[in-house]
Amino acid sequence: MIPHGIEVLWEQRDALLSGFATTLVIAAVSAVCAGLLGLVLFAVLISRIRALTLVLAGLIDLMRCIPFMLFCYLIYYGLPSFGIVIDNLAAGIVALTIYNAAYVAELLRGGYAALPREGIEAGHAFGFHGWRLLLRIILPPVLLSSVPMLGNQVIQIIKDSAFLVIIAVQELTFAANEIQATYYVPFASFVCAMLLYWVLCLAVEGGVRTVLTMAEARR
Amino acid sequence: MGPGDYLALAAGAGNTVAISLLAIAIGTPLGLGLALIRWGRVPGLDPAVAVLVSLLRATPAVTLVLLVYFALPTIGFEVPRFAAGVATLTLGSMAYNCEIWRAALLALPLDQLDAARAFGMPRSLRLRLVVLPQIARAALPALVNEMTLLIKVSPAVAVIGVTEVTRAAVRIGAATYNPIPPFLVALAIYLVVIGAFVAAQRMLERRAGQFA
Repeated sequence: MIPHGIEVLWEQRDALLSGFATTLVIAAVSAVCAGLLGLVLFAVLISRIRALTLVLAGLIDLMRCIPFMLFCYLIYYGLPSFGIVIDNLAAGIVALTIYNAAYVAELLRGGYAALPREGIEAGHAFGFHGWRLLLRIILPPVLLSSVPMLGNQVIQIIKDSAFLVIIAVQELTFAANEIQATYYVPFASFVCAMLLYWVLCLAVEGGVRTVLTMAEARR
Repeated sequence: MGPGDYLALAAGAGNTVAISLLAIAIGTPLGLGLALIRWGRVPGLDPAVAVLVSLLRATPAVTLVLLVYFALPTIGFEVPRFAAGVATLTLGSMAYNCEIWRAALLALPLDQLDAARAFGMPRSLRLRLVVLPQIARAALPALVNEMTLLIKVSPAVAVIGVTEVTRAAVRIGAATYNPIPPFLVALAIYLVVIGAFVAAQRMLERRAGQFA
């Protein structure tokens, strides 16, 4: 039965690989967008604009209590009521981006809170403020210390991308489910999908380790 | 949304809580067992557990629930949807909790354990009286954090047709052509459930602090 399943999967490898490629693209685009949006939210969080900071911190806490699947439905069904009509793939990427940006902003804020104040005060003394202070003095150490957590967030994005199957985005789990439903090889197709997710996550973990050793070597 | 819809959402909330609590109640001790296997470097089992935990931690809940629900019947186990949902969330919770327990075990100072061994305390007693109380306290915040994560992935079981909160909300939205209100009610339900776990953690920590 298992050899039969593997045979079917080999015949259907194009469908499976195209699903894998879609997952890869979704994860990469969402990770980059969530990282950039998270940076902007982080900048607002550490700004001195009290009211804005409080509102944003509340929204981020709220976002961290919502299951991604519910948020995905909210975006998918909610955007059209605001007159924004986008296809399923775009809706999925928007949902992944906004949801994970909240987590990125929060983990950068954690890194910032753990940062020694001396460097920032020295920056002030040398006349850095505003964007230049953020980009030159604050961000480099915050980003470096957050690399492992950012890696975990990318893994979270990869895993959350499987939820997009509910709005019929044709990613890896969707492809595995199609093959399973057509040829009735559930074991082989889902285990294969799991292995592919595993490879992606191990690659991210390897990337994180490489960045950390490179940073250590340059010290 | 009529009164029947609120009732359906409440029933869904009951399912979400029941599935999550069952998975937590089974997954947390299983995770401890796996962590002990790795901590004790049980030959043969230790690397197997490491690979299993790494694979499970990389698997999306949606993929895992589909595997459990569709693949188990092919090897002769017909499982009801609810049980398949509980089994899936338990596997995930077990893998994450294994890493949490293991971190607590690795951080445990060994001098007390050596002292207990020097006094001839048998292994089971050492685990129960020396190791467990200390790692339980150290692991508690991470364990509760993991429980809230489990509740957040629990909607995955809707994919195989378990009617928990999110699926109940989707159904009401489809029937009334107005999806946003039921989603907002579902959102409020999750806030209450997750908030309850965090409040329970604070209470447990305070009580642990009293005895310390």
